[in-house]
Amino acid sequence: MEKFTTIQSTVVPLPIEDVDTDQIIPARFLKATTKSGFGKSLFCDWRYNEDGTPKADFVMNNPLYSGKILVAGRNFGCGSSREHAAWAIDDAGFKVVVSSFFADIFRGNALNNGILPVQVSDAFLKSIFDAVAANAKQELNVDLVNQVISITGTDLKESFVINEYKKTCLINGYDDIDYVLSIKDKIEQYEKTSKYLDLLKA
Amino acid sequence: MGTTLFEKVWNAHVVTEVKDGPSILYIDKQLIHEVTSPQAFAGIEKRGIGVFRPERTLATPDHNVPTKGQNLPIVEDLSRFQVDKLTDNCNKFGVTLYGLGHASQGVVHVVGPETGTTLPGMTIVCGDSHTSTHGAFGSIAFGIGTSEVEQVLATQCLMQTKAKTLKIEINGKLAKGVTAKDVILYVIAQISAAGGTGYFVEYCGSAITALSMEARMTICNMSIEMGARGGMIAPDETTFNYIKGREFAPKGAKWDEAVAYWKTLYTDADAVFDKTLKYDAADIGPMITYGTNPGMGISVNKNIPTIDSIEESNKVTFNKALDYMGFHAGDSLIGKQVNWVFLGSCTNGRIEDLRQFAEFVKGKQKAANINALIVPGSKQVEKQAIAEGIDKVLAEAGFELREPGCSACLAMNEDKVPKGEYCVSTSNRNFEGRQGPGARTLLVSPLTAAAIAVSGKIVDVREMLN
Ligand code: SF4
Repeated sequence: MEKFTTIQSTVVPLPIEDVDTDQIIPARFLKATTKSGFGKSLFCDWRYNEDGTPKADFVMNNPLYSGKILVAGRNFGCGSSREHAAWAIDDAGFKVVVSSFFADIFRGNALNNGILPVQVSDAFLKSIFDAVAANAKQELNVDLVNQVISITGTDLKESFVINEYKKTCLINGYDDIDYVLSIKDKIEQYEKTSKYLDLLKA
Repeated sequence: MGTTLFEKVWNAHVVTEVKDGPSILYIDKQLIHEVTSPQAFAGIEKRGIGVFRPERTLATPDHNVPTKGQNLPIVEDLSRFQVDKLTDNCNKFGVTLYGLGHASQGVVHVVGPETGTTLPGMTIVCGDSHTSTHGAFGSIAFGIGTSEVEQVLATQCLMQTKAKTLKIEINGKLAKGVTAKDVILYVIAQISAAGGTGYFVEYCGSAITALSMEARMTICNMSIEMGARGGMIAPDETTFNYIKGREFAPKGAKWDEAVAYWKTLYTDADAVFDKTLKYDAADIGPMITYGTNPGMGISVNKNIPTIDSIEESNKVTFNKALDYMGFHAGDSLIGKQVNWVFLGSCTNGRIEDLRQFAEFVKGKQKAANINALIVPGSKQVEKQAIAEGIDKVLAEAGFELREPGCSACLAMNEDKVPKGEYCVSTSNRNFEGRQGPGARTLLVSPLTAAAIAVSGKIVDVREMLN
């Protein structure tokens, strides 16, 4: 996984609430058996007409907006557990998703793929949308080390919360599996001593 | 201070804890299917390791499979490839597979309970958010992403941060025509599609304990639709009676020992939840959704909310949803024409659901405008339905029983609802395009689905019950 410390970038604003993973990547694209190539289908049904031409009113088709930061309304990533949603966001070039609320499974999937979900207050989210509406080239600065997100060129900023362990993983580019594999002796010990596992043996 | 059911099961599975971080939980059973596992198998191969405890994983293809002609090769190339890939991976890594044609194949969350794979007190995961279904047995069961599937294949453990606990207590008696599906749609409408985020739910109260195991599964299944990681119900005699004698249930002396342990799995009287909600069963009517998330539901005889009753920040989403659905704020849904009905899925594809639907349509006729997809949740459900003559009752009423799979719940196979058409569905998600691009889904119970299937339009099932 790539290491993550600070990102400064323009943003793609998506002021819609309850964006579910079926919208992020519709089920019909889940037939791939690898992790790559999902970016072109990100938000497919909002982004393209049936004939495949871009819908002019969708933000990703507006040349004014681009960047590594996706900013979306409350409860982003609800619904299905498909990690394809995180792969699609990553493949489309986003490193950070900002929202005032994230669905649990999506948050975990994002972190496992080196994407930082930054949860901000409703008021700060509104400030971001307002700033970007006023200036499409407005940048945000996301500083993972100090856990601060700021609207550059203004004094608007907010600190955000992240699990210490996950923060260490992102900064160093580690993944959970390496860690759990390193404590296999403890797992085997658990298996030997668990009364319930013993009970379940036929 | 006492502990909750969730904490009891959780504590029994902690292998170790990361300092200032998550716990490492031992996973008793992982269920896998064709869509979210190939990248996980590829991951362990890339690491040069095998599946750590292959006997603790069970596989079955469900999401992509056709619901007709399962004896023939899958026509759609990508679906066939994905299902074949699952078979290859299971063979290569020694994982048990209930493949197409196997007597126990079906939707993962239907297969687990009916084979006795799902037992109280277990930790169960699957790369599918409706894994919460298995919580009906008093197990900690939740959906995970593919990286986590890989983690469990590699280590039989999962790094997890402990969720907060939410108690949802429902007391009283359900009115005639009101079922478990209505209960859960009602609760989600009350607390919204995000209201349970960060929590693990325990359902309790007299309205819950009165339910059958299958009805309890319907409730726990949809916990994820309020954002919760999972939902559980304390095991009781109903649970034990359901499990006894099933293929993988403990037998003989082990059974008695197991039941003795399972009886300790309840929330202590002095345990404290992070949050508690209480509802009265008498307030619940037959529910239907009008929007594009499961929280947008109303009692079928009520009107869609008016715009001024919607929170300011939610107005854009509300209007967008109504626009997609072709409905207007403040309208009633009664009498609106519907051309599609889907009975099935891990929410309502079990034998009791088929029985309820068949009993209602018996002696009546499918409305001429209705296209129905009646899909059993598993091979065992299909077999049972045929044994009970449900297939015949359905056929006489103009319906056809298909073969098991996820089908129109997520429309990855051929079972799709056409653009712009309304479909009353017993599944769990009414997201835009969920049942096919442009399809408009209205979530209902199997009983309401039956009433609409014979009426051709939206009706209050209570008016059709004598
Ligand atoms: S029936 Fe629907 S919700 Fe259930 S596992 Fe299949 S796709 Fe998921």
